[in-house]
Amino acid sequence: MTMPYYSIGEIHTLLVSRETSAEALCRDYLERIEKINPEINAYITTDPDGALNAARAVDRLLAAGEDLHPLAGVPAIIKDNICTRMLRTTCGSRILGQFVPPYSATVVERVNAVHGVILGKGNMDEFGMGSSNENSAFGPARNPWDPTRVTGGSSGGPAAAVAANIAVWGLGSDTGGSIRTPASFCGVVGMKPTYGRVSRYGLVAYASSLDQIGPFAASVEDVAIAMNCISGYDPADSTSARTSVPDFCAGLKKGVRGLKIGLPREYFGEGIRPEVSAAVMAAAAKLSDQGAECTEISLPHTEYALAAYYIIAPAEASSNLARYDGVSYGSRIDGDDIIAMSCKTRSRLFGMEVQRRIMLGTYVLSSGYYDAYYLRALKIRRLIKGDFDRAFASVDAIIAPVVPDVAFRIGEKTDDPLTMYMTDVCTIPVNMAGLPSLAIPCGLVDGLPVGLQIIGRPMAEAEILQIGHCAEQIIGFAGIANKTKAGAL
Amino acid sequence: MNKWEMVIGLEVHSELKTRSKIFCGCSTRFGSSPNSNICPVCLGLPGVLPVLNQKVLEFAIKAGLALNCRIAAHSKFDRKNYYYPDLPKNYQISQYDLPIAENGWLDVEVGDGIKRIGITRIHMEEDAGKLVHAGSTITSSSHSLVDYNRTGVPLIEIVSEPDLRSPEEARAYLEKLKAILEYIEVSDCKMEEGSLRCDANISLRRHGQTKFGIKTEIKNLTSFRAVQRGLEYEAGRQQTILDEGGVIEQETRSWDEEKGVTVLLRGKEHAHDYRYLPDPDLVPLEIDRQWVEELKKQLPELPSARKQRYIEQMGLSDYDAGVLTASRATADYFEQVLAAGASPKGAANWVTVELAGKLNQSGLTISQSPVPAAQLAQLLKLIDDRVISGKIAKDVFARMWQTGKEPEQIIREEGLTQISDDDSLRQMVEQVISQHPQTVADFHAGKEKAVGFLVGQIMKLSRGKANPEIVNRMLREKLLEG
Repeated sequence: MTMPYYSIGEIHTLLVSRETSAEALCRDYLERIEKINPEINAYITTDPDGALNAARAVDRLLAAGEDLHPLAGVPAIIKDNICTRMLRTTCGSRILGQFVPPYSATVVERVNAVHGVILGKGNMDEFGMGSSNENSAFGPARNPWDPTRVTGGSSGGPAAAVAANIAVWGLGSDTGGSIRTPASFCGVVGMKPTYGRVSRYGLVAYASSLDQIGPFAASVEDVAIAMNCISGYDPADSTSARTSVPDFCAGLKKGVRGLKIGLPREYFGEGIRPEVSAAVMAAAAKLSDQGAECTEISLPHTEYALAAYYIIAPAEASSNLARYDGVSYGSRIDGDDIIAMSCKTRSRLFGMEVQRRIMLGTYVLSSGYYDAYYLRALKIRRLIKGDFDRAFASVDAIIAPVVPDVAFRIGEKTDDPLTMYMTDVCTIPVNMAGLPSLAIPCGLVDGLPVGLQIIGRPMAEAEILQIGHCAEQIIGFAGIANKTKAGAL
Repeated sequence: MNKWEMVIGLEVHSELKTRSKIFCGCSTRFGSSPNSNICPVCLGLPGVLPVLNQKVLEFAIKAGLALNCRIAAHSKFDRKNYYYPDLPKNYQISQYDLPIAENGWLDVEVGDGIKRIGITRIHMEEDAGKLVHAGSTITSSSHSLVDYNRTGVPLIEIVSEPDLRSPEEARAYLEKLKAILEYIEVSDCKMEEGSLRCDANISLRRHGQTKFGIKTEIKNLTSFRAVQRGLEYEAGRQQTILDEGGVIEQETRSWDEEKGVTVLLRGKEHAHDYRYLPDPDLVPLEIDRQWVEELKKQLPELPSARKQRYIEQMGLSDYDAGVLTASRATADYFEQVLAAGASPKGAANWVTVELAGKLNQSGLTISQSPVPAAQLAQLLKLIDDRVISGKIAKDVFARMWQTGKEPEQIIREEGLTQISDDDSLRQMVEQVISQHPQTVADFHAGKEKAVGFLVGQIMKLSRGKANPEIVNRMLREKLLEG
């Protein structure tokens, strides 16, 4: 069966006008998943019973004449590192292959509170460590535009699911580009909010000072609706911001007239495929036509971001992942004594990339190396933040490519971690500075989507959504999601 | 030991008596059934985040103030990474380079003087769980059980300077520290429940030498006595090695209470590299100076000040004042007795001797005393008013302890009122004099002791109720008349 790419607003209208029921919609999506997911591998786990129960609850509310939240009854996919009570949460890892959390993440509670329908859990690189979704213990998610290609990672599942229309929207997490990269590769919209905007409680930590949950959807407006639901202070997360949350939908149509947009020269040079640069520049030119003022800027410490990231993130990961020792939850491989048990469990059930990063992190925190690596990386992090602070003194937003190239073939880069790490060269600085960034599709190269990112000041999600919405309208990409191979099934 | 000087520093872990744990809302109650006070946060389940219990910060600051520390303006939590199955996250949230309090001191009475012991730092951290092995050790057991109730119970670690010079000083320091933490009501300091734990560092050096010797760390010191004995043993062990020209290995040793020896736990080459890093899940602490000043004002009178007051204002002996102020509960009880009208000296005597004796016998603490302070004050008033003698009072006290009755009721019921009435006393005096002519003769021959015997006889006759002072006076008058 084919399924139109309904927006969240359209589904809301269909439900409220009783043209369809939430249950019927849910069944349609579950059916599509059964048909399409084997090829795309976007879902690690589906939850038909939970989803149908949630959908029927929406229908009861409708029958009772209750007002519905825009997300009520709208089918969603949740990345598998976000805890869902009584629903397996694997983090794409064998070590948590059978882990069923006894609690839900704050974002999941928020989605449940507005009667969202969670279809299942999205594929991902193990513990968020990867740029292609190939580091999943459950096999790579495949790009709906070309299933021989990667989805990008680490949130490949949610991005692919939205692109293939086997979920209307989704939640991912972004530590160094893990929402924006797959959004770009799969031609959908993804937002990494400001660090602290969305509660991390229940997000299985990779690198705590960089991790942030954010939404995927087919359009900027849908992302804004999701942001309205998940944002805000959470007393269970000390790092969540007490800043008030605006209505992210309110200013979407305000346009870009008078806004100053910076194009950082470091993001358009060596290492970026010229066609990708050109597509992003072309989008910037269209925004200029709409009255934005585009200027070239410089973020001079950009070249150090990747190296510093691969010290800070593994350092935190080595500590965050220490708890997976086979003692009290997760999977275990027995050994002669406790040490042998933990060693076997960790060396056999963690994948290679995770083990590599744990070792890197352990090394850089070791006595005698801490100052040379970890402390210097923190200094670079401050310099990068300083670059952005200075830039935002003269511009309102920054536009840059998301990834240097379009989606590559599965297996193409798996033997060369350093080349793989370069995938995130444009996204990592944003996490280092804790800023919000919105990835939207801006064109096709070799018939595959190219994305641009709009980076904003801290807590300025509304402004970048406004710019993103304008860009989306003038670029006219939203419609081509229909052309994805799987979407046409 | 004459050639060698001991250099000792203590690391004391004290559980803070907050109602909930340091980073979650679970109860800190001791003695609950295993794994009943737990939640995803203290179990360290994937995805959970810690949130600091403000009460922990308050208690740690109070401890810092009471130990004369500088309270940090900026502080933070760090992760101390090490693998152990009682530590669910395999890191402990602790404080590394920015502890909440630093540079304090504590005055300890040693010998006949007072010695100031430096406090290096105080930091906050979470406690680990408890392992119960099926065998004797973790590696030799077929299996071990973990109780996570204690996981996340708040601790402060108080690190002393290496200022202590003997096991006795170490013990005196610990006792004083315990008294202060109890006084400011931040910890129960029950070593038997593990709410006060102590590790000791010790090295030897030649007298007059300024450089420190190589130290060893002793763990598993579970009582004050163990601290003293463990240090005594370890000093002896080190001395033997040094006297034989050997070298001390820097190592961690464990005190074996039964065998009375320290045994090697791990050598320097196995010292942990804790790979500290700032905990990214907790925001740095900015400590409000005004709040610190308020907490300072809330601190109660501390043991040293209280003792000084007892000596100077109440005229108590140094010894009595010391005993009374060693624990806050005792001093509070004592002051309740005073508030109910008793005189300081009488009250001090009764609290430190009679009451302390009874408590000791029955293994009760003073707050569990069956005789409340007000009743003890009533008893003391009856002595002062000469209704009963001090001797009778001891019997009455014993009855009060047993029955919980008020002293006046016991005296009334048992007819114990002191006989001060001249006629009945005179009768008894005359009776005793006539019954003991030989003793009377002895008296007249100059034997002063004879009076004591006769008084004793009168007391016996009155079954202890005669007022001894009046009897004495009356007897002498009568004897001299005769």
